[in-house]
Amino acid sequence: MRILRLLWVGWKFHVKSLTLSAFFILTSILQPIIFASVAYFMFRTGAREGTLLYVALGAGMMGIWSSTLFGSGGAIQWQRWQGTLEYCIAVPPPFLLVILPLTLATATIGLYSLTATLVWGWLFFDVPLEVADPLAFAVALPVAVVGLGLLGLILASTFVMYRNANALSNLLEYPVWLVTGLLVSLSLMPGWVGPISWVLAPTWGVNALREAAIAGNPWPEIGMCLALGAVYLVIGHFALQHFERLARERATLSLT
Amino acid sequence: MAVVEAIDLHRTYRTSTGTFRRKWKDVEAVRGVSFEIGEGELFGLLGPNGAGKTTTIKMLITLLIPTSGTARVLGHDVVKDAREVRKSIGYVFGGERGVYERLSGYDNLRYFAELYGVPPKRIRPRIDELLELVGLRGREQERAEGYSRGMKQRLHIARGLLHDPPVVFLDEPTIGLDPIGARELRATVASLAQAGKTILLTTHYMFEADALCDRIAVINRGQIVAEGTPTDLKQRVADGTVVEVEVFGVPEGTVKRVRGLSGVLSVSVEEREQAQVIIVQTRADVELTQGILGTLDGANVGRISRREPTLEDAYVALVAEQ
Ligand SMILES: Nc1ncnc2c1ncn2[C@@H]1O[C@H](COP(=O)(O)OP(=O)(O)OP(=O)(O)O)[C@@H](O)[C@H]1O
Ligand SMILES: [Mg+2]
Repeated sequence: MRILRLLWVGWKFHVKSLTLSAFFILTSILQPIIFASVAYFMFRTGAREGTLLYVALGAGMMGIWSSTLFGSGGAIQWQRWQGTLEYCIAVPPPFLLVILPLTLATATIGLYSLTATLVWGWLFFDVPLEVADPLAFAVALPVAVVGLGLLGLILASTFVMYRNANALSNLLEYPVWLVTGLLVSLSLMPGWVGPISWVLAPTWGVNALREAAIAGNPWPEIGMCLALGAVYLVIGHFALQHFERLARERATLSLT
Repeated sequence: MAVVEAIDLHRTYRTSTGTFRRKWKDVEAVRGVSFEIGEGELFGLLGPNGAGKTTTIKMLITLLIPTSGTARVLGHDVVKDAREVRKSIGYVFGGERGVYERLSGYDNLRYFAELYGVPPKRIRPRIDELLELVGLRGREQERAEGYSRGMKQRLHIARGLLHDPPVVFLDEPTIGLDPIGARELRATVASLAQAGKTILLTTHYMFEADALCDRIAVINRGQIVAEGTPTDLKQRVADGTVVEVEVFGVPEGTVKRVRGLSGVLSVSVEEREQAQVIIVQTRADVELTQGILGTLDGANVGRISRREPTLEDAYVALVAEQ
């Protein structure tokens, strides 16, 4: 109970904090427009398969991923800069329970990006917004967000330790778009990409959304996304513990 | 039983310079610090910039792992039982950093109340109490980015006390506060001590330490150079007198020449608006005013006064001895 409360309060706190940032508002208005346009033109030129909605969903998930990546990594960097990291670490609950609400919040914020992409697509490019299986879609959506948030958790743990982990998040933006099939269908990618994409929860999350949209069976994907998420949770817990300790040894929690 | 125990604490920082050909340098910030703070005691840690005060505190509040040595808070080891330590301490660094700027003061407190496990029913009344205590009542719904420096600092104090911890660490809590704000904060600290909390305080204001602390340790270059009650420390130089000479333009080499006079314990120069003041601590049995004037090369001299040593003089003497 206590744990759920802490996650809930922390999530609300961080969502509020993130939505009040000017940088965030700017990127979440501009990015979806760009993504929606890219997706649309790629669809037109035949570079992508599936329906227009299928494509738009992928584009929207790219937004979620960017927001998670910059959100979880950047948020820790920002907290270090702001001086709040030192206050968040020396609290009684395990560090996981401090960071998880933050990465879930950034993934949630990304949800806005997905919605905006779809709405832009609908407004300007006539992307049909009919979802074949609304119930499954409604389940798949939070599951996809949780999957992303948990992947963000693992990323976040490295940011706790390294003061210059920004480079890493820049590095990871495009590869993950590609590898998870957000940008281009996986069938167009070289064979070795497949196994990598299978261990990334967002792959299953976006597939679940697509299945739900086109009346397929999204439940196995939903299950996979959750299962991988659980694995991430365990890895993230230990990674955070490890990096927190390292950060206390090497004094990287503050700027001074 | 001692509430806070530091036993031979050492802390070294590794820093690097250069991007490609990295050079590593070790900074020994704390070199063998030991002290004990008893229950309900208000303990002051004084020392010049870079002496290792903040580093010592960070080891005690589990933010840094000591390079060697051990420390315990209420019997819990700060490395092995970090979680237990965290539950029973509150800490505040001076300065305005460390608040979630985009959120209101109330939201900031609400979040930390949750992190510190304040029971849900107690959260609202507890926050109200603390807002009252630090004088932020009525401003709590505003975004913290609009707070003045002093307001942010008071928000920090409130945050540090949310879970009513028995042990409180305050690192320069009055830095940058206006005189009235600083006075109010000292009153708050005194009332916390009155309420039986064990407090470790660092400050650069000697009158503050003198007024508040039961016991003081002076730390210099990572080592404790003196420890005792404010009275003890003053007594160390009490058999001396302090001569202050106001000079308009101190000639070069004066400090060295004054130091050379026999009977001088320490010399320091303070900048005033128009002039400088040379502060000389001398043994009580010598009369050095003429001697000091003699070293001034006929510079323009203003007021000359003699007085009893203060804690600040004791501090200057202790740090200068090193
Ligand atoms: N993160 C760090 N990396 C490298 N060196 C550091 C770090 N933090 C502190 N130091 C060095 O350790 C020494 C002690 O610093 P510390 O902050 O503990 O001093 P302090 O007594 O709190 O000083 P002040 O009165 O200025 O606050 C200084 O030489 C400082 O430069
Ligand atoms: Mg300091």
